Amino acid sequence: MRYSGLRVVWEGLRGQTGWSPVWRDPDPKPEYDVLIIGGGGHGLSTAYYLAKNHGITNVAVLEKGYLGGGNVGRNTTIVRANYFLPGNSEFYSHSLKLWEGLEADLNYNVMHSQRGLINLFHSDGQRDAFARRGNAMINQGDDAIVLDREGVRRYLPYLDFDNPRFPVYGGLYHPRGGTARHDAVAWGYARGADQRGVDLIQQCEVTGIDIEGGRVTGVQTARGAIKAKKVAMIVAGRSSQVAAMAGMRLPIESHVLQAFVTEGLKPCIDHVVSFGMGHFYISQSDKGGLVFGGDIDFYASYAQRGNLPMKEHVMEAGMALMPMIGQARVLRSWGGIMDMSPDGSPIIDRTHIDGLFLNCGWCYGGFKAVPGSGYATAHLIATGDPHESAAGFRLDRFATGVGLMDEEGTGAQHNLH
Amino acid sequence: MRLTCPYCGERDLREFTYKGDALALLRPNEDADPSDWTDYLHNRDNPAGVTRELWYHGCCGTWFVAERDTVTHVTKRTLTLAEARE
Repeated sequence: MRYSGLRVVWEGLRGQTGWSPVWRDPDPKPEYDVLIIGGGGHGLSTAYYLAKNHGITNVAVLEKGYLGGGNVGRNTTIVRANYFLPGNSEFYSHSLKLWEGLEADLNYNVMHSQRGLINLFHSDGQRDAFARRGNAMINQGDDAIVLDREGVRRYLPYLDFDNPRFPVYGGLYHPRGGTARHDAVAWGYARGADQRGVDLIQQCEVTGIDIEGGRVTGVQTARGAIKAKKVAMIVAGRSSQVAAMAGMRLPIESHVLQAFVTEGLKPCIDHVVSFGMGHFYISQSDKGGLVFGGDIDFYASYAQRGNLPMKEHVMEAGMALMPMIGQARVLRSWGGIMDMSPDGSPIIDRTHIDGLFLNCGWCYGGFKAVPGSGYATAHLIATGDPHESAAGFRLDRFATGVGLMDEEGTGAQHNLH
Repeated sequence: MRLTCPYCGERDLREFTYKGDALALLRPNEDADPSDWTDYLHNRDNPAGVTRELWYHGCCGTWFVAERDTVTHVTKRTLTLAEARE
């Protein structure tokens, strides 16, 4: 079924009786060409681009819970391409271009809103660093504008510009940055993949990966064994457990990142605003809630909930930056489990086992990467070679030290990002 | 989450800094195989369950090992480094 404004009106007139389920609920077949472990944003987009770009449709996505129930449903929905290092820069640039055509491509409203992202700076040194980052973004073909203090004031008049500790000096404005409706991204890709013949199999936990003579031959699941020539592990948040089924130890440590939303308010924050000094970022959802978050809790966790000290820190940072939000009441907070890699950059690569592919290590930046990641992973699975936009995301960079992408410049070691 | 410093007793999480997997105590020899160094520096078991990890108590300056469940955040026990190395 094709969606359109006319269809919405028509169904409104006849009591919404004409809608059909958005995807099938098939039983697993005994064999597929490609199995994707993980029905989150990255797994679903990989399935979609395998079918659309490469014509590979004998594919199943195996999800232990429900589609989009992991990190793609637990993030702060920010979409941006403001990376600095070669390797990251071209990947996120490509991903943002895919975002810009995504709704037409999927025939699905993902509510992508390019409302602009402003990264604030608070010292001369930070201004220089952001100007340099802006130049890197422009060189990559993306957009960046360095705003001075008055420039920021025009967009964000509600900030505490004269905060004694972190006065606002200006900001790096990325007009094409913004937000999207996170669940709709998963649903849109799921629908698109299903329409092209991909089997989306929920409640189907993978319990083992079958390997014979250094080659993957299939997986064991809660719903029986399934054979396949190629298997992709796309399970950020549980990467270490799934990779362990293939005898692998990954350069990943799992951490919890918290996010928060307030009660619905009238429109007051028109952009995505980030405050690096306090590690705080905020936008306003279309329902009116202020969606914001901070840094990871900084200890290993799979709990999907965090502790009070980071909540306190995030609230303090928000109050320091924009005191006007102090009257808003927080409705909910939650946590997502981040695959933290040593250098803070992701992995899309083959493994030492033939036919077994790995997509993991998205740290706290996986949501905006969903289109680019699926595109590149599908290319890798279909052709055997990395896509040019993701050629830097190699697994062996930690062993060799070649090609490390430490975007924050804090060191390519665990617990520094 | 509260942690128990082996010297100061149970204290608020804010007094502590996480220092990573207790694997750090098992430093390979200088002439060890490079793959041992990669396992030491980068690769992790990263269990969803009980893990052994290093913490630093900023108030008394002690490094110690905690055996903590990463799913429930419950700490089973904490050990001084001397106890942990036994």
